[in-house]
Amino acid sequence: MTRNRTLMIGASCVIFSVFLAVLSLIWTPYDPLEMNPELSLTGPSSMHWFGTDENGRDILSSIIVGSRATLMTGILAVIICMVIGVSVGIATSVAPKWVEMPAIFGIDIVLALPTVLFAIVLASVYGPSTLTAVFAIGIALSASVAQVTRREVVVVLMADYVMAARASGCGTWRIIRKHILPNIRASLLVQASGACAIAILAESTLSYLGLGTTPPAPSWGRMMASLQPYLLINPIFPLWPGLAIVITVLGFNLLGDGLRESLDPTLRQSEK
Amino acid sequence: MLRRLALLVMSLVVSSALVFLLLRLLPGDIAQAKLGIYGTPEALEQLRAEYNLDKSLPVQYLNWLSGAVRGDLGLSVLTGVDITHELVAKSTLTLPLIGFASFFAIIIAVPLGMLAALRFRKWDGVATSVVSQLGIAVPTFWVGVILITIFAVRNQVFPSGGFPYEGWANFPAAISSLILPASTLALAQGAVLMRFARSATIDVIQQDYFRTARATGLSRLQALRVHGVRNAMVPVVSVLGMQISTLIVGAIIVESVFALPGVGQMLLQDVNVRDYTKVQGTVAVTTAFVFVISFVIDLVLGILNPRTRQKI
Repeated sequence: MTRNRTLMIGASCVIFSVFLAVLSLIWTPYDPLEMNPELSLTGPSSMHWFGTDENGRDILSSIIVGSRATLMTGILAVIICMVIGVSVGIATSVAPKWVEMPAIFGIDIVLALPTVLFAIVLASVYGPSTLTAVFAIGIALSASVAQVTRREVVVVLMADYVMAARASGCGTWRIIRKHILPNIRASLLVQASGACAIAILAESTLSYLGLGTTPPAPSWGRMMASLQPYLLINPIFPLWPGLAIVITVLGFNLLGDGLRESLDPTLRQSEK
Repeated sequence: MLRRLALLVMSLVVSSALVFLLLRLLPGDIAQAKLGIYGTPEALEQLRAEYNLDKSLPVQYLNWLSGAVRGDLGLSVLTGVDITHELVAKSTLTLPLIGFASFFAIIIAVPLGMLAALRFRKWDGVATSVVSQLGIAVPTFWVGVILITIFAVRNQVFPSGGFPYEGWANFPAAISSLILPASTLALAQGAVLMRFARSATIDVIQQDYFRTARATGLSRLQALRVHGVRNAMVPVVSVLGMQISTLIVGAIIVESVFALPGVGQMLLQDVNVRDYTKVQGTVAVTTAFVFVISFVIDLVLGILNPRTRQKI
């Protein structure tokens, strides 16, 4: 796959999901919460393209609305992990040694903690909700963002222009703003895209386990769980929410890969 | 080596303290929750004394830690069961599940990753890469549901879930009920591992020693077998080590999909009934397991690749 194609496919998938979320605010084929017991578990038809669930709700409408919870989790978790991760990453690389070592150690520990397990603990403490999930996922992801940021910042700090800036009297804050941030922007963008994919996957997993988005708000993960018992009636049901998750996650992953390749000139020659 | 060991011990202490704190900073009182309307002041007092809940937090933590080190995670305040005992019993399902899954994942990932590398820029190589990209994006529970649909609903080859009541005493049934869950977990992991196997193989192919081996008359496959596998295994094993936490989380999900009564199921149930003491024990042991495995993997890597030995 050439880099442009990766970027294009990724971007189209992401745009498609965003389109669904925006569409859900204006129009859905049916009311996603309207129950209709006579129409319980009908297969795809001209009236209900994706079929109806156990309560006769239109699956297509639920999926369109479900994109909101998914994208919101992704975006909020990315904001949390980028703000914490980048601040910690930069702070630890300019901080004195005695702050740096414990901080690196702390990052290593959070990195090793299983994200979803951490989210499960939080959900058990504060009760399951989209926000708890977002918070847990965001914190857990911030460790890897901090690590990558550190790695990048340390390289930038050694550059001659930073030394020149320091020699000409620039303060640490100004160096961070004028020299460090612009230089690591590209890699942060790639990080954000990858983190978004992980966050969305984690949210759908938590919702599937009943620890994420709570009913009645439709969520792709929970739809999977509630439709799974009806596989025998029609195996096509769980296909839809699954496909929606795959398209969105694949989109953000490919977008990240594509961005990395197009923003990092050294990767262009050795295509790995 | 000593530094790595010190890091391991410190990680264990810090992570267990973190889990302890998170669960103890809760609003509400476990003793009150357990006794409910029977919570006379005397009864509450007695229960708190029994479970050391009347001591200060650091004392409680040290008590718990000294027990945990000796393999005693205490009793569940809610149900009174022995947590260590429960955890060990449930692990007899979860550990084999993780073991099988890692084994399957390597069997899937290494050959396919090598194929993708050898067929770099050819249709089947590209196809394998695409499959691996897809594999990373597919949620584990969806893979599980699809496998159930194909192998349990459409063709009744394997059970769609559950574990024999007699456990491992009914060996054939136990194995057959683990095959689909382990494959589910392996497919998700394999897709990640495959990417690393592929790029490691591409690295090997570009090395001088590989060209020399080819020049002595070995075919690409032969040269790869002699020189490639070991080199390609290094990143695969190290990624598998980093992925061990993903693998455990995956096991929780897979147990939920296939209704397997393992550690994951137990944890989810405990979360639902808010049995904090048990959640604490389970999570602490699971994280400890993650840290210990990644420590062991580092050691194994040293054996596979002598160059990294000094760095550890």
